[in-house]
Amino acid sequence: MAGRRSYGAAAATISGAMTLEWDWGFALQTLPTLLRGLVFTLEATFYGSLLAFTLGLVWALARLAEVPVASQLIRLWVEFIRGTPLLIQLYFLFFIFPTYGVTLPALETGVIGLGLYYSAYASEVYRAGIEGVPRGQWEASLALGLPLHRVWGRIVLPQAMRFAIPVLGNFVISMFKESAILSTISVLELIGQANIIGAETARYVEPLTMAALIFLIISYPAARLLRLLEARTGAV
Amino acid sequence: MPSENGTPQPVNMPGDALMAMRDVTMRFGSRTVIDSLDLNVTAGEKLAIIGPSGSGKTTILRLAMGLERPTGGWIRIDGRYLWHVQRNEALVPAGDRQARRARRAVGMVFQQFNLFPHMTALQNVTEPLVHVLRMRRNEAHERANDLLSRVGLATHLEHRPAQLSGGQQQRVAIARSLALRPKLMLFDEVTSALDPELVGEVLNVIRDLAHTTSMAMMIVTHEITFAADIADRVIMFDQGRIVEEGEPKVVLREPQSQRTKQFLKAILER
Repeated sequence: MAGRRSYGAAAATISGAMTLEWDWGFALQTLPTLLRGLVFTLEATFYGSLLAFTLGLVWALARLAEVPVASQLIRLWVEFIRGTPLLIQLYFLFFIFPTYGVTLPALETGVIGLGLYYSAYASEVYRAGIEGVPRGQWEASLALGLPLHRVWGRIVLPQAMRFAIPVLGNFVISMFKESAILSTISVLELIGQANIIGAETARYVEPLTMAALIFLIISYPAARLLRLLEARTGAV
Repeated sequence: MPSENGTPQPVNMPGDALMAMRDVTMRFGSRTVIDSLDLNVTAGEKLAIIGPSGSGKTTILRLAMGLERPTGGWIRIDGRYLWHVQRNEALVPAGDRQARRARRAVGMVFQQFNLFPHMTALQNVTEPLVHVLRMRRNEAHERANDLLSRVGLATHLEHRPAQLSGGQQQRVAIARSLALRPKLMLFDEVTSALDPELVGEVLNVIRDLAHTTSMAMMIVTHEITFAADIADRVIMFDQGRIVEEGEPKVVLREPQSQRTKQFLKAILER
């Protein structure tokens, strides 16, 4: 394997005696592999968010619609997702579903797992946003005779989103970091790659530290940006 | 002022009433807010409703707008029942679709304005034009422009509600309700949420509308002078019932009922 060869030199110098000394050369060598992992991390975050935000809205609207039975079922479903660890949900999707004939590649499984998990939380955010729209907005819409789909599409949801978007933005950052859990179902994202390098070279300090740095370099500015955005929309 | 220049005013004529309520009762839990009310408003009539807080005045307007479904009785607007359909001489309860149709003849201005905060003044007014009347955008734009100019906001078209004073916001809300050209306009304590110095500009707009349009109006207000000025008829409402009704110069100046006298005295001494 190409990876094994490229780390050969570094691994050789430390063979035998485990040392905790930081090796810059080795650390930099891990970067290309880690960045390949980052692509999967970003993919999982992007598609996971997309799925979470779409499904979350579906759950929220279905619950608010108060369709008998269906609304209750969705509430139970949401409580189930929120009440169990993401790790177990992933294990179910990845290890148990295939025994019933449902097999998906690891990354797709991860996206579905993350998406479902966060959709449960997103639905609560949407619900709070929708319920936060004052009654008067509904009454004015009704008095003007706006059709129901317009009231939702043009009056209620835009106002609910104003509240929801900063929170959902935080979910993206949180999902970005938590996607590391996908390494447990063999997705070679950032941490998965770092683990492999560690296992192959018996040096974990550099790959894990570098992986952590990459997470930080992306999530910190993202969080700052979000805060700025929040302050701006809050002011208008 | 029609009531003072001697123009004869239409009194209750059930047959051609623009808005009719018959035996309308509204209960919230065990509380009866409206107690078998009979009320007609004829086309073009300006009706002022006065009375203490919690007397049910606002509920009358909310019922006329179809925001509440009455516990009993029926409401007819411009020939259409709000919550019933007529079948073989009998009234059968009907759903939201029927109410939606009947509401078309009515517009309402709220105490809290209820403008859409994420839209400009202009967009607030074009919204119903485009999405209810299905007007083309430039046409809607033109009508909205005219209406906002009429309420003195020609220079504030692109302002969002948060950038406008309470008085300006309420004038946008009036323009928005006018956009659909309702036959009956409801004004629910439209100056109660305003700073005292902004009350005048809103009342002036309504006064102007009252004197220049043939639109019927139901106005719930605590502004007695204003009511005297524009109303053809005044109703004193208390505890879910009409206490006294008649021409403003009678009800507001020489009330017959002890309750009305008390109420007016309290208001004037405020």
